Amino acid sequence: MRSRTTTALATLAALATLTGAAQAEIRLGASVSATGPAAFLGDPEAKTIEMMVEQINASGGINGEEIALTLYDDGGDPNKARTFATRLVEDDEVVAIIGGSTTGTTMSILSVAEAEGIPFISLAGAISIIDPVREYVFKTPHTDRMACEKIFADMAAQDITRIGMISGTDGFGASMQAQCKEVAGAQGIEILADETYGPQDADMTPQLTRIRNTEGVQAVLNPGFGQGPAIVTRNVAQLGFEIPLYQSHGVASDAFIELAGAEAAEGVRLPGTALLIADLLAEDDPQYQVVTDYTAAYREAYGTATSTFGGYAHDAVALIVDAVTRAGSTDPDDIRDALETTEGLVGTTGTYTFSAEDHLGLDLSAFRMLEIRDGGWSAVD
Amino acid sequence: MTRRMKWIQLGVLAALIVLLPLLFPSGYYYRVGALIFVNALSVVGLVILIGYAGQISLGHAGFAGIGAYACALAPEHLGLHPGLAVLLGAGISGVMALLIGRPILRLKGYYLAVATLGFGILVSMVLTNERALTGGPDGMVVADPGLRDLLRDLGLRLSGGELWYGVSGLVLLVGAWIALNLLDSPTGRAMRALHGSEVAAATVGIDVAAQKLRAFVISAVYASVAGSLLALQNQYVTPDVAGFLHSVEMVTMAVLGGVGSVLGATLGAAILTLLPQVLTVFAEYEQLVLGAVMIGVMIFLPQGLLPSIARRLRGTSE
Repeated sequence: MRSRTTTALATLAALATLTGAAQAEIRLGASVSATGPAAFLGDPEAKTIEMMVEQINASGGINGEEIALTLYDDGGDPNKARTFATRLVEDDEVVAIIGGSTTGTTMSILSVAEAEGIPFISLAGAISIIDPVREYVFKTPHTDRMACEKIFADMAAQDITRIGMISGTDGFGASMQAQCKEVAGAQGIEILADETYGPQDADMTPQLTRIRNTEGVQAVLNPGFGQGPAIVTRNVAQLGFEIPLYQSHGVASDAFIELAGAEAAEGVRLPGTALLIADLLAEDDPQYQVVTDYTAAYREAYGTATSTFGGYAHDAVALIVDAVTRAGSTDPDDIRDALETTEGLVGTTGTYTFSAEDHLGLDLSAFRMLEIRDGGWSAVD
Repeated sequence: MTRRMKWIQLGVLAALIVLLPLLFPSGYYYRVGALIFVNALSVVGLVILIGYAGQISLGHAGFAGIGAYACALAPEHLGLHPGLAVLLGAGISGVMALLIGRPILRLKGYYLAVATLGFGILVSMVLTNERALTGGPDGMVVADPGLRDLLRDLGLRLSGGELWYGVSGLVLLVGAWIALNLLDSPTGRAMRALHGSEVAAATVGIDVAAQKLRAFVISAVYASVAGSLLALQNQYVTPDVAGFLHSVEMVTMAVLGGVGSVLGATLGAAILTLLPQVLTVFAEYEQLVLGAVMIGVMIFLPQGLLPSIARRLRGTSE
């Protein structure tokens, strides 16, 4: 009897080794917007994912298995993103998907991932991605709502309660505008003026003049990304505003200071991640190691500075690596379960702790209030 | 074209739709197939407008957008079944085409192209900016029409990809059948007559304005149904569906395959839908290859791929 049990166990063990050998690689899929209108998001994301997979494989992979990456460029088109998601799941048979640089592409990938039961980590901002919580969907960037809350908290600390808003009508600006208006009341902020501009507009002086002429406005907030916020910043300087200007995390990159000009951008405040102030982080900062390692590796690989968006992709890869390591399995459901129990994983964006109710896992402390001084970033708090 | 030719063309199309899945190694190919059929459907509509009646439109994505958003909005706000929403979208597109077609179709050449382009951009702007209704640039979720559950209750288990492959294929067949029927009908002949010469067509008693309008409305309905099908299978819509690039893509497909030929339109749609999938490794060069293909076709096969090749095979010149 005993010998039979031993034989059975030995057979099982042999089988396990065999099946293990059969999947000697971890198939990771990605669909990001490396070209097209959202390329400023997708390009650093694609580069980061490729770089990290290379690094991990060079250092022996996860649990001894290499990662086989399949990365597609959806060009920011949700229709293409859905096709690529289907391809990743059905044809490439990946065990996890990273991607969806924009909310539109994320929502297209999301339904495929949910239907097929493949864990998916989104790189887009909207709160609707993880609220309500979907079983297989996680995300790494902060939500627009958190950015609003962080900004309003900073305003409240300076006794600013009445503000004017000028928002872009692009996806990012419009979404953040709506979220800010939703949370403003709860934080004691009153929005007296609410202006918008098109993403291609070259001059926002009329809207800003209206804000300036609104009685009692104590600060201006500009949700938006791309060139719009840079023009707003320049116009604000030209019009000689004497009240502070707040930008969103959407422009948290050095390119913004270049576009707006260091002089006009002086004193602009915005919520950003530790990544932007990598050089200023104290060595005992919990994110110091992760952030400096990543920025150095990216600069060495591509010769340019990375951005917050590349950081989102970095954290997504790190989360999956962590989950696969802990799960000790490459089964999508095991990876999903491991992802959901992620605890205290330090990324470039913040420290992630997922739970069944929270698939974002960041809190406001992950945001740092930054101010532009002398053409560079400095931390306010 | 004889009656026989019509049935041969439809037969070829039906055979392709039914037999191709036998070669599919994975479910992903059903998705690509369904996309090809949806694109082909809107391009068949353009064959009627551009190929038969000789009018250009750079704004047909606008109608696709109306069809797509009808499927997203009508179930949510009017409690309409998504299937009925397709018809509603087609109806709205048809009426819209009727209203704007009359003044717009008085224009010719570049002016007509610019006017239709303006319409397309208007639709996409409304979809982008009416955030409260359409969800803005982030788009909105489309309700599941429940077709899969219905078929499962009837004992037919299909994956989402297989279902939409079948539905789109069927709708494309019906669309192609209507377009081919139209070709040799009095209406089709009248359209082709005004394509040749508006003055000559008018002298033999053809109501030029009415025929142009008819072609415009029919093609708008095609684009609208295609947009609806896309929205239903993606379960998500964004204003990109109504974007200018989508309009250009449609016309490019029609011109590439052969603007007067229904099968050619399908071929053009198939090539341009497959190209980005085949060229994923060279994603950066996709536009380059596309441009080269278009220039090559324009220079060497000015009638479009299929008609030019067919003529060469027959060894005749018309």
